[in-house]
Amino acid sequence: MSIRLENIGKHFGATRALEPVNLDIHEGELVGLLGPSGSGKTTLLRIIAGLETPDRAGTRTPARILFGQRDVTHVHVRDRRIGFVFQHYALFRHMSVFDNVAFGLTVMPRRSRPSRGEIRARVFRLLEMVKLEHLANRYPAQLSGGQQQRVSLARALAVEPDVLLLDEPFGALDAKVRQDLRRWLRHLHEELNFTSVFVTHDQEEALELSDRVVVMSDGRIEQIDTPETLYRAPQNRFVFEFLGDVNHLEGQVHNGVLTCGDARLAVDLADGAQELLLRPHEVRLAEQPTSDCHLPVTVTAVSPIGAEVRVELAADWLAKPWLATVRHADFERLSLQRGKRLFAHPRQWHRFTDEAAGLLKPHAA
Amino acid sequence: MSFQAIRLPRRFSGSPRVLPGFGLSMGISVLFISLVLLLPMTGLFGQLAGLSLAEYWTIISDPRVVASYAVTIGAAAVAALANGVFGLLLAWVLVRYEFPGKRFLDALMDLPFALPTAVAGITLATLYAKSGWVGGLLEPLGFKVAYTWVGIALAMAFTSIPFVVRTVQPVLEDMPAEIDEAAVSLGASDGVAFRRVIMPHLWPALVTGTGLAFVRSLGEFGAVIFIAGNAPYETEITALMIFVKLQEYDFAGASAIASVVLFVSLALLLAINIWQGRFVRRLHGGRG
Repeated sequence: MSIRLENIGKHFGATRALEPVNLDIHEGELVGLLGPSGSGKTTLLRIIAGLETPDRAGTRTPARILFGQRDVTHVHVRDRRIGFVFQHYALFRHMSVFDNVAFGLTVMPRRSRPSRGEIRARVFRLLEMVKLEHLANRYPAQLSGGQQQRVSLARALAVEPDVLLLDEPFGALDAKVRQDLRRWLRHLHEELNFTSVFVTHDQEEALELSDRVVVMSDGRIEQIDTPETLYRAPQNRFVFEFLGDVNHLEGQVHNGVLTCGDARLAVDLADGAQELLLRPHEVRLAEQPTSDCHLPVTVTAVSPIGAEVRVELAADWLAKPWLATVRHADFERLSLQRGKRLFAHPRQWHRFTDEAAGLLKPHAA
Repeated sequence: MSFQAIRLPRRFSGSPRVLPGFGLSMGISVLFISLVLLLPMTGLFGQLAGLSLAEYWTIISDPRVVASYAVTIGAAAVAALANGVFGLLLAWVLVRYEFPGKRFLDALMDLPFALPTAVAGITLATLYAKSGWVGGLLEPLGFKVAYTWVGIALAMAFTSIPFVVRTVQPVLEDMPAEIDEAAVSLGASDGVAFRRVIMPHLWPALVTGTGLAFVRSLGEFGAVIFIAGNAPYETEITALMIFVKLQEYDFAGASAIASVVLFVSLALLLAINIWQGRFVRRLHGGRG
């Protein structure tokens, strides 16, 4: 079921949690709402669910929420046909896993309620899907966090909701379990193809899991795009900075050379103060400077874990240390270690100008 | 005896803690309990020792005393049940809603603890007597409160309401709002969500609170005595029977009746504790 949001804003008292936003979510899509805390992403999700109501007064065009063709703006949460997964699971602790999953079916009005046997069969099918059928008689307190979250997912899916909404579903779990559950949710989504929206503050999670990501900050939608577009073509500085590590280079440009302390870099920019942004993988390390580029740095930390080696670089001319990722081969060739003096060479850099807000200017260096 | 000899073996002191002082704190606790709780109890049983079993039975099965049991237990049960219902409602209102004067109402809940019970008793008696403000209104309608068991129950309810509110309140506060949201998002009506999701969480606290209110009411003297009227066989409470025996210098008789109240109260508290323990174990992952 597709979701259409029109003019959805929210104030809590005098504070504005959400500026009026519009959003279209296609049928079967898995959309991530990504943003720092206080960006309004959870508020937006709760409004979709019907757990909060959007502002009514003060907007010229009325707020509308459509599920497919159905206008659910004034429909109570219990009749909206949504499944909601809470960050802290919100399982009913006095009920067994089975009863938790069956809850939504057992509270249906008598006319539409499935028979006992049917409920049993459906619950076990769901428990099988979340791989917990052997724990049906346990109580939530006897399960691990990851298992509890799977129960809560099965519980939400039991009523066959039109849309599935997840509020920081993996936020309370440790890294390894999070990874597993993410992959598993992706599979489940491909298999059942439900429309779902999830909230996260973890960029990696959003980029890995979503078909499209909605980046939010300060109650506004900054950009809506596929993960690749978002990463390669961020529309503004906030998105660029939020989606990964960023190195800053601030300096004065004079006659095509940017200077900052004893650092120099040839750039084709107008004279004046400029700020360049670089991703860690856009920084190359070498033992010698070139005539165009003289950026002396000292290695302050090395973390050789993972596909690439992460190197922290410091210098007098840097307000904040830089982060660079180098291949293991280069790491060995340069015999990197703490205290080593090297020269940084930007492969490319980015610049966001204030006047043309939201325009990316990638440059090859 | 050397110092070493009186040191507790390690297994008594539990797992090693960062903060020392198990021996000292345990010792002081035991001393305090002995002086304040166990010594008077021993005194009570000491008095009983002077009685033969037959004498004991005669005292506690005296028809007037038995009538007082009925009055006391009946009124206490009504008071406890009423407090169970209204105490739950009060706790709910105090936890779930924001309204002006909330802090004041919250503080008011402790008033029955702070007010001398005799003062409460006299106030209630004057209010509900035929000539009192409320009694004057109710009497023509045929409701007699003062000097009937209704008055007794009222006084008991007054002194024991904090037990229910103060035991239910923290449990309700700890219950995440997400629980109701989850229930409602799964299609449960308000009533079903309350009955099947919220109440099961509150049961242990509510039963404990109501049980405490009941036990407290069994022993209440000051607040009840002024409004009860104290007519033999009708509105005499057991605490009054003890008092009467004491005034007759019949210490053994007073102790005998007191021991009955004590046993009933202890048995009830123990039963509640065992029941609650099973429930709590289930919530925390035991087999229950």
